[in-house]
Amino acid sequence: MTEEMATREAYGKALVELGRKNPSIVVLDADLSKSTKTVLFADEFPLRFFNMGVAEADMIGTAAGLAASGFIPFVSTFGVFATGRVYDQIRNSVAYTKMNVKIAATHTGITVGEDGASHQSFEDIALMRVLPNMTVVVPADARQTCQAVEAAAKHEGPLYLRLGRPKVPPVISPEVPFELGKAQLLREGDDLVFIATGITVGIALEAASLMERHNISAAVVNVHTIKPLDEVLLLQLAQKTGAIVTIEEHSIIGGLGGAIAELVSENCPVPVIRVGINDSFGESGSPKELLQKYGLTVNKLISAGKAAVEKKVRAY
Amino acid sequence: MPAISAAALEELRIKARKLRKDVVTMIYEAGSGHPGGSLSVLDILIVLYYKVMNIDSQNYKHPHRDRLVLSKGHACPALYAVLADKGFFPSAYLSSLRKINSPLQGHPDMRKTPGIEMSTGSLGQGLSVANGMALAARLNQSKYHTYVILGDGEIQEGQVWEAAMTSAHYRLDNLTAFLDYNGLQIDGWIRDVKLPQPLAGKWRAFGWHVMEVDGHDYAALLEAIGRARANKGAPTMIIAHTVKGKGISFMENQLDWHGRAPNKEEYEKALAELSQ
Repeated sequence: MTEEMATREAYGKALVELGRKNPSIVVLDADLSKSTKTVLFADEFPLRFFNMGVAEADMIGTAAGLAASGFIPFVSTFGVFATGRVYDQIRNSVAYTKMNVKIAATHTGITVGEDGASHQSFEDIALMRVLPNMTVVVPADARQTCQAVEAAAKHEGPLYLRLGRPKVPPVISPEVPFELGKAQLLREGDDLVFIATGITVGIALEAASLMERHNISAAVVNVHTIKPLDEVLLLQLAQKTGAIVTIEEHSIIGGLGGAIAELVSENCPVPVIRVGINDSFGESGSPKELLQKYGLTVNKLISAGKAAVEKKVRAY
Repeated sequence: MPAISAAALEELRIKARKLRKDVVTMIYEAGSGHPGGSLSVLDILIVLYYKVMNIDSQNYKHPHRDRLVLSKGHACPALYAVLADKGFFPSAYLSSLRKINSPLQGHPDMRKTPGIEMSTGSLGQGLSVANGMALAARLNQSKYHTYVILGDGEIQEGQVWEAAMTSAHYRLDNLTAFLDYNGLQIDGWIRDVKLPQPLAGKWRAFGWHVMEVDGHDYAALLEAIGRARANKGAPTMIIAHTVKGKGISFMENQLDWHGRAPNKEEYEKALAELSQ
C-alpha cells in the first residue's frame, strides 16, 4: 500500500479478507455497493451479502436483527444516508441495544465533490459521537482503513467507520502501531500540536514541516479514534505544547475540534483553534477546489498554527 | 398446530384473567403506562408463549429459541406479565415497572429484562429487526421462527413498508407478523387520523400471505399460526382484530385509555370485573 488508494477501496478489499477468515461477517448495502465497494464482498460471498435497496432505515434495523443473532454486520452507504437519515434507527436499534453493528460510511466530507451539498456530510462525526456505546473511527489512509476494519470486527459493540471517496496518499508508515482508542503521535513538537483525523493528517504533516520556517515546532497527532478519545496522550500534548489546532473534513461544531475543545477546557485549558467546515453546507466542485474554497489547506493551517501560538503567549 | 381442547382453552382463559389483573395492577402501581394496547395484544402473547413458541425461561438465550419482537413496545406491560408468569424473572419485578432502577423500563430494554429480544419503543423498527433475525436463522440453518407484533397506528411509519418489502423479497417464511388491529391510536380512530384501508390488500400487494382473525379467539389464533407455519415461500401477516382495553368494560374501545393509568377507584373496579 505505497500507492494512492481511496479508503472506500481499501474497505472493500479488507472486507473480503475479513469474510474469508470470519464466517460471521455479513454485509448490507443500500443500492450503492459499486460506490461503497461492498460489491467486492458481494461477488465472493453472495449468501452473506444483503442488498436492501434504497431503504437505509430498514438496512440498519435488519443489521440489528442479524447482530442480535450472532452475526457481525457491516452496513454501508454514503455518510449522509448512513447517519443523519437513519439517526433514530441507529440510536434505538443499535446504540441503545449495544448491537455489534459496524456502520461503514463512504463518501463523507467535502471531498465527495461534484455531487454537492445534499451528499456531503459534515455532521456525521458529531451525530455518531453523541451516541452512548458508539465508537467512532476515521482512518487516515488505505492501510489504516484495513487495520480499522480488522479492529472493528474484533471490537464488541457499535462502531462508526468514516471513509472517503477520493484516492488518498499513504501517510502513516507501516511501523506505527494501530490500536482503537490510541492516537498516533506522528511528529514531535514543543510549541504547538496539530490534531488531525482522516485525510487531513497529510495536510497537518505538511504544515508542521513548513512551520519550522516560522520557528514554531509543531507536533502532529492522528486521532483515528474520535470516540473514545485518547485523553492521556492528548492532554500530555496539550500540557507540553500549550497550543492546539484541530483540522477535520467535518463541521467545526461537534466533531474532532468539538471533542478536543471539550477535553482540554475541562482538564488543561489551552487555546484551541478549530479548522474545518465553518457551519455551512457544501456545494459542487472538484475535491481539490472544494478543499481550497472551504479552507482545508496547508496555508490555512499554518495561519491557524501561528494564531494559536500567539494566543498562548497572550494568555500567559 | 394441533386443535386445542376445551379444557386447554379454559386454562388459557383463566391465565388471561390473571395476566389482565397483573397488567392493570402494574400500570396502577406505576402511575402511568399504556393499558389499552397492552390489553388488546395480551391474548396474542398468551397463545404464542403458552402454546406455540419454543422457548425456555431457564435458558432464554438458547441459539435455536423462537424469537418475539414486540415492535409496539409501549404494550410491554402485557409482555412483562407473561414473562414473569413464565419464570423469566421474579414476579416481584412487576411492581417496579417504570420506577427508578427497575429492570422493567417504560418501553422494553433487552439489556435490562430477561426474555426481551429487542429494545423497542420508537415505532416502526421491529419488523426490520425481525427480518434480520429470520435471515440469521436461514444463514445458520436454524429452525427457529421469528414473530413480530406491530401496532395498527405503527404501520403509518414508512420503515414498516421498507421492511415489508424486505420480508417478501427474501421470502421469509420463517417469520410471522401480527397486526394488533384495535382501531385506535393516540389522537383518535385510526381511520380518522390516516386511513389504513385496504389493510389486508396492502400487505398482499407487498407479497405477504395474509390472514384475518379475531385476536381474542385462542383457537382461531392457533389455527392461523399453524397455517402461517405451514405456508412456504412468503412471510405471513396475521391481522388480529382486537379491542383496545379488552376485558375491562370501561376501557374497551375508549381512546382515553391509550396512555393513562387508572386511579384507585377505577383500579378496584377493573379488578372486580376481572374477578367475576
